[in-house]
Amino acid sequence: MSTSDVKLLGGWPSPFVMRARIALNIKSVDYEFLQEKVGEKSELLLKSNPVYKKIPVLIHADKPICESLIIVQYIDEVWTSGPSILPSDPYDRAIARFWAAYIDDKWFPSVRGIALIAEGDEEKKEAVQEVATGLELLEDAFPKCNKGGNFFGGERIGYLDIALGCFLAWLRVTEKLNNVKLLDEAKTPNLCKWAESFCSDAAVKDVMPETDKLLGFAKVLMARFKAPPAN
Amino acid sequence: MADEVILLNFCPSVFGMRIRIALAEKGIEYEYREEDLKNKSPLLLKMNPVHKKIPVLIHNGKPVCESLIAVEYIDEVWKEKAPILPSDPYQRAQARFWADYVDKKVYAAARNVWATKGEEQEAAKKEFIEILKVLEGELGDKPYFGGETFGLTDISLIGYYCWFYAYETFGNFSIESECPKLIAWAKRCMEKESVSKSLADPHTVYDFVLGVKKRLGLE
Repeated sequence: MSTSDVKLLGGWPSPFVMRARIALNIKSVDYEFLQEKVGEKSELLLKSNPVYKKIPVLIHADKPICESLIIVQYIDEVWTSGPSILPSDPYDRAIARFWAAYIDDKWFPSVRGIALIAEGDEEKKEAVQEVATGLELLEDAFPKCNKGGNFFGGERIGYLDIALGCFLAWLRVTEKLNNVKLLDEAKTPNLCKWAESFCSDAAVKDVMPETDKLLGFAKVLMARFKAPPAN
Repeated sequence: MADEVILLNFCPSVFGMRIRIALAEKGIEYEYREEDLKNKSPLLLKMNPVHKKIPVLIHNGKPVCESLIAVEYIDEVWKEKAPILPSDPYQRAQARFWADYVDKKVYAAARNVWATKGEEQEAAKKEFIEILKVLEGELGDKPYFGGETFGLTDISLIGYYCWFYAYETFGNFSIESECPKLIAWAKRCMEKESVSKSLADPHTVYDFVLGVKKRLGLE
């Protein structure tokens, strides 16, 4: 299939877009990466994702697929010759999906909450504690999933690794901006080791943003978010 | 060895209904256990320590939490009969997208309809109908969301149908007059035994919502 057959609408800073890119890399699929301009939405994006108008959108043979975890599953199901992303056992799949949903519904919103919502020390402390609790749960889940390997998926990166690992750069940025330690070797040694393995994986290396670059981007974004509306 | 399947549920829960429908579609025998949400059983707390919520499907002692995850699990384990997801990857992505849309949008919007009053309630009704109209648009002229066969998206949404009486009564409006095609779809689904046996009685739901409103001082 030619590269133009697979397009990904996204942006380099987005962890959700990163999920799709990692999945495509695992399957060695060539694709055209169409980056949206920050603050603007292209005609193609509005047409391909009329419901949410958000990135990422995978466009395969002109058909759009939206929502990052749905995109990852789609990639896994279409390109079957590459390594599997979801586990093969139905129960293991259910567990991987459970934790991915937890990460999206509960954990990542609490990470975002530290920077965006928490005003003052008390609220910030609570938000940090929420993030830490989530990481401890994932730390506990790791030995139940990894079957002795370096990843939640076992010997190779899988669905849950992608679901969580995409947030590592933003986690580091949040730590720097708020002067807190979120990923702590003392509390979550499994996760810290896993994070290193994840970031150095071939499918991840080139799509994980550098912390400093993301930090710069975050500062611009926050200034925009907190700025009073223009008259 | 026979499978041991237990469902921890709470009768009015739309999420529990999804699992009940899936189990019925596949003809799976299971033990149904009704939870008292004000006094959750040790089993529930052990099987869902993260969220402590129903429904929980327990298969041979192992818990599966989150209703749509449990429905996909059921589809993958008991795959010989009545497929819930289509086989084509693109159709599967569409089914998952719309089931996820139902999860993201319907519950919160519906709750606002019965939990608010006055102007807030009018705004809530408007938002709720808009969401139903998006779903109606996606359904189009197809018998079911997936096309000719009843599937994941239908299962994700149909449980709300037995709550419509409560929404309409508390909100003083008619969903059918706004979304006739969706109501036609719902009635079509209700012709399936797996659905009609899994949905709660609308009056039971109404009484439950009335009880919640009283308890929360929302009358």
